[in-house]
Formats: sequence, C-alpha cells, structure tokens
Amino acid sequence: MDEKVGVYVCHCGTNIAGTVDVEEVATWSGEQPNVAVARDYKFMCSSLGQELVEQDIKELGLTRVVVAACSPHMHEKTFRGACERAGLNPYLFEMANIREFDSWVTDDREAATHKAKSLIKGAIERVVHHQPLEPLPVEINPNTLVVGGGIAGISAALELADGGFHVYLVEREPSIGGHMAQLDKTFPTLDCSACILTPRMFDVGQHPNITLLSYSEVEKVDGYVGDFTATVRKKARYVNEELCTGCGICVEKCPQSVVDDVFEAGLGQRKVVYTPFPQAVPNYPVIDRENCIYFQRGKCKACEIFCPTEAIDFEQQDELIEIEVGCIILATGYDPFDARRIARYGYGQMANVFTSLEFERMVNAAGPTEGRIVLRDGETQPESIAIIHCVGSRDQNYNEYCSKVCCMYSLKFAHLVHERLPNAEVYNFYIDIRSAGKRYEEFYQRVLAEGANLIRGRAAEVTDVARLPDEEGKLIVQAEDTLIGQQRRIPVDMVVLSIGIQARHDATEVAQIFGLGCDFDGFFIERHPKLDPVFTMTEGISIVGTCQGPMDIPDSVAQGAAAAARVMSMITQGTVMMEPVRASINADQCSGCRICNNLCPYNAIVFHEDDEVSEVITALCQGCGSCVAACPSGAITGAHFTDEQLISQVVGVLWDVRQPELVPAEEG
Amino acid sequence: MTAKEKPKLAMYWASSCGGCDISVLNIGDKILDVDQAFDIALWPCVADFKIKDVKGYPDGYIDLCLFNGAIRTSENEEMAHLLRQKSKVLVAFGSCASEGCIPALSNLTTKEATFKSSYLDNPSTDNPEGVLPQPVTKVPEGELHIPVFYNTVKTLDQVVPVDYVMPGCPPEPPQIWAVLEAIITGAELPAPGGAIIGAGTVAVCEECSREKHEKEIERFYRPHEIVPDPDVCLLEQGIMCMGIATRAGCGALCPEVGMRCAGCYGPLDGIVDQGANMVSAIASVVKAGSGALAGIDEEELAREIGKVMDTIEDPSGTFYRFSMAHSLLTRVRSNGDGAQDGGGR
Ligand SMILES: Cc1cc2nc3c(=O)[nH]c(=O)nc-3n(C[C@H](O)[C@H](O)[C@H](O)COP(=O)(O)OP(=O)(O)OC[C@H]3O[C@@H](n4cnc5c(N)ncnc54)[C@H](O)[C@@H]3O)c2cc1C
Ligand code: SF4
Ligand code: SF4
Ligand code: SF4
Repeated sequence: MDEKVGVYVCHCGTNIAGTVDVEEVATWSGEQPNVAVARDYKFMCSSLGQELVEQDIKELGLTRVVVAACSPHMHEKTFRGACERAGLNPYLFEMANIREFDSWVTDDREAATHKAKSLIKGAIERVVHHQPLEPLPVEINPNTLVVGGGIAGISAALELADGGFHVYLVEREPSIGGHMAQLDKTFPTLDCSACILTPRMFDVGQHPNITLLSYSEVEKVDGYVGDFTATVRKKARYVNEELCTGCGICVEKCPQSVVDDVFEAGLGQRKVVYTPFPQAVPNYPVIDRENCIYFQRGKCKACEIFCPTEAIDFEQQDELIEIEVGCIILATGYDPFDARRIARYGYGQMANVFTSLEFERMVNAAGPTEGRIVLRDGETQPESIAIIHCVGSRDQNYNEYCSKVCCMYSLKFAHLVHERLPNAEVYNFYIDIRSAGKRYEEFYQRVLAEGANLIRGRAAEVTDVARLPDEEGKLIVQAEDTLIGQQRRIPVDMVVLSIGIQARHDATEVAQIFGLGCDFDGFFIERHPKLDPVFTMTEGISIVGTCQGPMDIPDSVAQGAAAAARVMSMITQGTVMMEPVRASINADQCSGCRICNNLCPYNAIVFHEDDEVSEVITALCQGCGSCVAACPSGAITGAHFTDEQLISQVVGVLWDVRQPELVPAEEG
Repeated sequence: MTAKEKPKLAMYWASSCGGCDISVLNIGDKILDVDQAFDIALWPCVADFKIKDVKGYPDGYIDLCLFNGAIRTSENEEMAHLLRQKSKVLVAFGSCASEGCIPALSNLTTKEATFKSSYLDNPSTDNPEGVLPQPVTKVPEGELHIPVFYNTVKTLDQVVPVDYVMPGCPPEPPQIWAVLEAIITGAELPAPGGAIIGAGTVAVCEECSREKHEKEIERFYRPHEIVPDPDVCLLEQGIMCMGIATRAGCGALCPEVGMRCAGCYGPLDGIVDQGANMVSAIASVVKAGSGALAGIDEEELAREIGKVMDTIEDPSGTFYRFSMAHSLLTRVRSNGDGAQDGGGR
C-alpha cells in the first residue's frame, strides 16, 4: 500500500487545542508511514482550512485525506466537499473525532494527546484501504403519497398540490380532519376549530391535484425513494361514490343507532350508515357493517329503499389499488391516552368523570349536547368542575414524557366553563403549567384573571365516598397542594381528565410497513431531532405532526409544510444523489441460507427462489450493516465499512498496544 | 530395469484420532492407484518407518506430505519442522492440522487440568499414586525422555508454513481422491501458500437439499430433544446446524440425514472466526420480544433474549468444536480464573 495521506489536526479554537497538544500530534502524524504531510490549523472548517486541504491535494498530489477535528456528523460533508473540489474522490477522506471523543471528555492533557494519536492512527490505517465510491443517482416520481388526513397531512397535501404536484391522500376514517375536527375552540386564540379547518378540508376534497382515498389504508410499500409502489386497501363503504350525492336521506332513514366511539369520543351516537360529522370530506356515508341490521340479520335495507340515486350497494367489495409515488409523508397522528388505565381517577366507574375529548365534544355547538356543559344525565348543569392535568403524562407508570398540549387545552377548558357557566367554580390540578409558545403565557394569565382556581399538585384520586357533609353526592378530588404544603379535598360535580397524547396503537405495524423505526414511546423516529425533524432514516419518507411526537396544531401545520417543501425540492431536482455507503451480496459466495432475509429494517433484501441466492436492492439499503454482520458466509460487503477497513482501523487505534501473540510462547 | 522414479508420498499422524488415515483408506480400491503412482516415504499407519529414515532423506525428498493432527506435544512440533524440511508440498490434512479440532478445545483449560481429568479424576483410570507424565524420568539405566505436553494446541500452519489446507473431520474420501487424482494426473492446483483444496467455496447450505425459509428461532433443541421435519432446514427448527457458517465439500452429509452440521469443514473464505460468525448469524435471527418492541423495556427484552439463548447447550463446544485454535479466542488466559475449571460452560 503506497498512498500519500494528508493529515490535518484542527484546534477548534481552544475546544481541542485547550486539551490536546495539537502541534505535537501533527508532528507525530507526519512521521507515520504513508503520511505525506501533516499540519495543524486553528479552524479546519473555515474556508482557509478547507483551502489548505485543496491546495495540498493539488500541489502535493495527496491520494488520501484525514481531518482530525469534531464529529463527522458536523463536518464530514464539509471536508468531503473540499476533497471533491480538488479532484479527489470524497470517499478517500476519513475523519478522526478528537473533540467529542477526546478533548471534551477529559482535562488530562497527556492522556488526551495520546488518545488523539490513537484515533488519528486508526484513521490513517483505515483511509489507505478506502475505495473511491460514486453516489447513486435516483429519479424522483413527482407524485407523493400522504398517509393520514389530520391537520398535519392536510397541510402537507395542500402545500404540494398548490405547488402543482399530484398527491394521493390516504385516510383510514370515512372523513379527513383527524382530531382537530373534534375540537371546539383552539388555544390560545380561541378560533373555532371547525371554522379554520373545514375550508382546508374542502380544498382537499376539491383540489384537482389531490386524489383522496378515504376509508382506506396502506397495506404494503415496495420500492425506494423516487420509486415507491404502495398497495392501498380501499375498504367497502357499501355506498357507490359515483352515484351518491351526499343528500343524507339514508342516514335519516336508518333505524339503528350506536355509540360513536370515534368522532364523538363515546359521548354521542351515530347511525349505522353515517358520515362522522356534517362537514365531512368526502361527504359520502359509510355503512358500518358490524352493526348494520341487514348485514347481521339479512333484513332491513331501509337506506337502499330510500336512496334517490340507488347509490347503496351491499355487494361492494374492498378494492386494492396500487399507487406509484416518489416520496411518502406519514401523518398518522396520535391516540389519546386511555383514561381507564388509571383506575383511581374513576373514569368509566363514576359517571361524571369525563375525558378531555368528551369535553371537547360537549362544548362543541355541533356536538351531542349542542354545546351545553351538562352532567352525564344530559340535563344538570355542574356548579363546580375539576380539571386534572397530565393524565397519563409525566408519570413513570404511564408515559414519562410531557404531552405538550394538555396544560393549554385545560386552561382553554377553564375559560370555556367561565364563558358558558359564569357562576361555576373551576379547579385546575396541575404539576407545572407549561405555556411555552406564542401568546400562550398571555392566555394563561387571562384564564387566571378570569378566576380559575389553580391548585399545584398531582391529583391523588377521585372518589365519591364522602367524609364531610358538603362532600355528599359529589365527586371529591384529593390532592396535595404543594404551594401551601397541605392535602386538599375539593368536592365538585364534574371531573375532566386531561388525557395525554400517545403513539397510535398500531404505530409499530405501520412503521414496519414503511420501514421506519419507533422510539421507546412508539413515536416514529426522525432523522435528526434538531436539524432534520421531519425526514426519517428511510430516504424519501417523512413524518409530520403527532405521529412524530406530541405537538399542537401550529407545529403540526408547520411540519406538514416543511415536509412538503423538502419533497418539492427533491421533485424539482428530478434526481437525487444517494450515499453509496451500502451493502451488496456476492452471489457466488451466497449459499442461500436466508439468515439475512428478514433482518433488513428497510426490506432491502430479496431472495431469488430460482437460483437460491439473496440480493440487496441497492437503492433501498441504508447501509445499516445488520446483514453484513449476520451473513455467516461473509458474502455481504458493506461499502466503506469493509472488514479490511475496520480491522485496519482497530489495529491503528491499538498502535501502542503490545502485539498480541496469537499463539503464546511455550513454557516447554 | 529401472522404472521411472515414482513421486514420494508421506502421511503423518500428529495429535489426532486416526480418522484421517481411515478416511484415506476409505477411498477404496483407488488406494491401489495411489500405490501405483507413489512411493510411500512415510506412513506410520500402514508401514514401518523410523524417524531416522526421514532424517536421512535429502531436503525436499518427499513430493507430497499429508500431515494430519494438531500440534500438541514437542514431538508433534519436531515432526512438523522435519516434514516441512523434507517435503516439497506440505498439506495440513483434516481439521486438527488445519484448525485444531477437538484437541484444541482443551485450549479452554490448562495442561494441569487436562492431566487431572485424564490421569486422576477419570473414573476408568486406576492411578493410586497419582503418577503424571514427566518429560524426564531418572531410572537406574539413565534418563528416560518422553515428549513434552504443551499447554496450548496449535495448528500446523501456526508452527510451519503449509502449502495447502484440506479441511474436514475427516476430509471426505471423494474429496481426498479428487485431490490425489489431480496430483497424479498433473492437473493444475491452486497457487500454494495455504490455499484450500478438496472443498467447496460456498456454505454447506448450498449442498443441503432442505427447504430454506426466512428464519425466526424461538428456542434451540439438542438433537435428542426433537424429531426434525425431514424436509425443512434444521436451523429453522431450532437445531443448531452450523451449515450456514461452514465450508461445503462434504455434500451436506449430516443435515441430509437429519443431524446438524457440526462445522467440521471450517469457515468460509474471508471469515476470521467461524464461531463468532455463527454466533452473530444466530443472534440476528433469534425471535424475542414478539415483534412489537416499542414499550418493552430493555431489561425485559434482555430477559426474553436470555431465555432463548439459555436453550443453547455448551456454546464453546458447539460454535468452536473444530476451530478453537484458529479462532480469535485461541485459548483462555492461562493465568486467568477460567483456566482451572475448564473455561466454557
Ligand atoms: C382534548 C384535546 C384538545 C386539544 N386542543 C388543542 C388546541 O386547542 N389547540 C391546539 O393547537 N392543539 C390542540 N390539541 C392537539 C391537536 O389535537 C393535535 O396537535 C393535532 O390534532 C394533531 O394533528 P395530526 O394531523 O398530527 O394528527 P391527527 O389529528 O390524529 O390526525 C391523524 C389522521 O391520520 C389518520 N390515520 C391514522 N392512522 C392511519 C393509517 N394507518 N392510515 C391512514 N390514515 C391514518 C387518522 O384517522 C387521522 O385522520 C388538543 C388535543 C386534545 C387531545
Ligand atoms: S446470509 Fe449470506 S449466505 Fe445467507 S442468504 Fe444472506 S447473503 Fe446468502
Ligand atoms: S446494510 Fe443490509 S440490513 Fe442494513 S439496510 Fe443495507 S441491506 Fe438492509
Ligand atoms: S439444515 Fe443446516 S445445512 Fe441445511 S439449510 Fe439448514 S442450516 Fe443449512
């Protein structure tokens, strides 16, 4: 191996030079085999630092470059760029991280200097085995699939469609709208949720660039960025969309009602043939097969008899549709926390304990009580209401994280109660008030001024067992008021549980279909928590809104738009260049053992039954290396991570460790 | 009447069970062709030769030396050097010579512990005075010497350079004949320098006719714990078949009759450590946590994985049965605690 390696040791101001003797390290590096030049410099990432590299490549004919500086996450791209500008293949570069791995983790100058040498030696030994790699160009199909028609998905779809690109929007429920459609007013401005949402839903329904597939789900995704094929199951509605005018006569005539657990959150009823709410998009009803009298008992057909356009079709079957798209945006939203899991709050046991979603429906003028705040009997107005924050959130036993929206909507509820029932007392039990956001704190102050009673303490329990005469017939909320350091029992007529936001119950299955990862809470994992919050590790797939983590409406909208912008930039480029750091299988060495077949988190490995060998679909592979490690035949190679490269790096890092004797000397 | 000088063949038996010699004889009446083609220069198993005969040969006198057995004693080592010197082509023949095989499993313990179990604790040994082999014993007539028993078992190529490696425990007769025939007919062999001959280049699964599917293993079985489905890959059924990590060449004899491949043909090209490789492959297909990992905490997951892994009996003897001496492990630290009680489980 005869290479000309240039080694550049960065001071990073004092970040590195403060702990590592960079001059000494550079001098030492210059003495290592294969090294043609070694320098230290104040800021390698500055344009002058980069020019240094470029100049040396051109003038000294360097064939390999090592920069010892920060994490490759920060500047690998920067220095690869410098190499490329000087005509050196960017993959003939290696970075040694002597900041995060070294200078930042110790004050011991000697040890840090020593470790810097080891890391650099590893990089030198590795880089001489690097091979030039070429990025993979992939053409982008200009159509996009958006999965989930909540506010996040709607925003993404409209941005793209308005930009002139075609969108397939797949929504599982009969109508788009998601949770936002259930809400009454939205914090902090108290806009009517429906008033701001339904125009957008309508736009989606009418947009020439949007194909809306409601009551549908994606079953399978094949392909890779630029060229995905999604198989969508369009569930039978038993209503012919071509003929239905949305007149609603069938709904009116249907004799059977059931509790609506989805849209009305269990607070109201719906017919068996139904549209979830009057402004539903699309406006065609759906027959709920499980509760339909005809499907269950073979008789009825009232809807069919009365439908003026003969749109009812009991014979309708599920349809499988294949859609070809270049990018996918997932916006599948959240599930509310199941209040029944916390038995001591009595939801489901005590009638007048409500969930926040039920309360949203109750205060909504279009809801089951037409906006009247009443007890479960549907008549009695409560005189006092307790709102318990953080139900299922910030709790080691349930979800440890903060659901981010509950404080604000709980304050919103306090305001709405004051507005509707001026004489009622409201008690908010909170741990901390989290009102970070534009005008959120002001809204909190406003609710305080309106006379809400804020009690700082996690509610211990809700009970109907009275101890004092004035607790008789009431629900009593017991909590330690941590501000005054006392236990308090507050008797109220109604309790509202501010349930948190959690990952969809089927998030792992959905993640599997799309080849994504879920974090320990079940939310989809973004590519980078700060710098790339909407893209995922799977090229071409983004996640927006609450499927990524708890967030409110403005954030969901912003994420939808952000993903749309990223997708549009990819579409307008026409092709994207993908990292060539990927696995490949040498068919001659593959025994067809199939160990690797179900390992790939991106479904990149296919097995060819005819010649009994496995193959990695290059464009799908993300270079994670799982299969490379698993293949017992050594048939899989990870480009840029070959055994030779890794072993050389390890040997380099251990440069000063005694050569282990493979076979110990005999004592005789 | 001087016929053309026949090439000289040697076969030597170092630390091994003797199976390799039997396997050569198992080429059947082809052995007559071997006799016709070669002069036997040394083959203790079939004819009487003395070391001094070999010492008397000029260097490079032997054209082909099949050396089987590991290097376990000073005598083995001495013969390795001697035969290297006297042979044009030296072949590490069989698993012991090429990888250490069963003898090298004692690298998981020490010489003292090996002696203890062989000469003292062994139920069929009667040794009331606790006599152990001594390299030098004084008797009235003078000093008696026997070979020194080493602490570590080595492969032939860890002691002298070898030209070819013929894997297998033992190498299968058809493969032996194929190699001998090639030599007799003067067919071209791969370039020497430790090249593998008499074996395939792909894993045993390639030769195994069992149906292979995607693998998800919920527990492992020892051979006596399960009656395997006759058509499906044994590994998929939880039987620790090493076929996936083992060089083909045997014709998948074991898995074809329902026994797991034990790995005797050794690792494939480019694989440094057969056992580690197998472990890494197995770890990739263990089914734990029933799919949905979200929500399961890491300890719980570790317990689930542990439950599956606990069904693997004798991991070192399973994964390193043939390859210990050549593995990255090589041996337990002879001063470490593990050495006394035998290292592995
Ligand atoms: C009680 C309560 C009150 C709130 N009040 C406010 C407020 O005042 N202001 C505010 O800013 N925020 C509020 N929020 C938060 C707000 O609800 C969310 O920020 C917002 O609805 C998130 O939108 P989304 O599109 O991410 O998810 P969702 O609204 O959950 O939409 C997801 C959509 O995807 C569909 N879907 C799911 N899975 C699939 C699948 N596999 N295939 C196809 N489609 C699928 C669903 O049917 C749904 O239509 C409140 C939340 C609660 C619980
Ligand atoms: S693990 Fe290796 S040998 Fe087995 S099928 Fe996959 S690529 Fe082929
Ligand atoms: S390295 Fe292997 S497992 Fe990882 S993404 Fe590529 S093909 Fe899939
Ligand atoms: S039984 Fe063994 S050799 Fe046969 S396919 Fe399965 S793992 Fe491979």
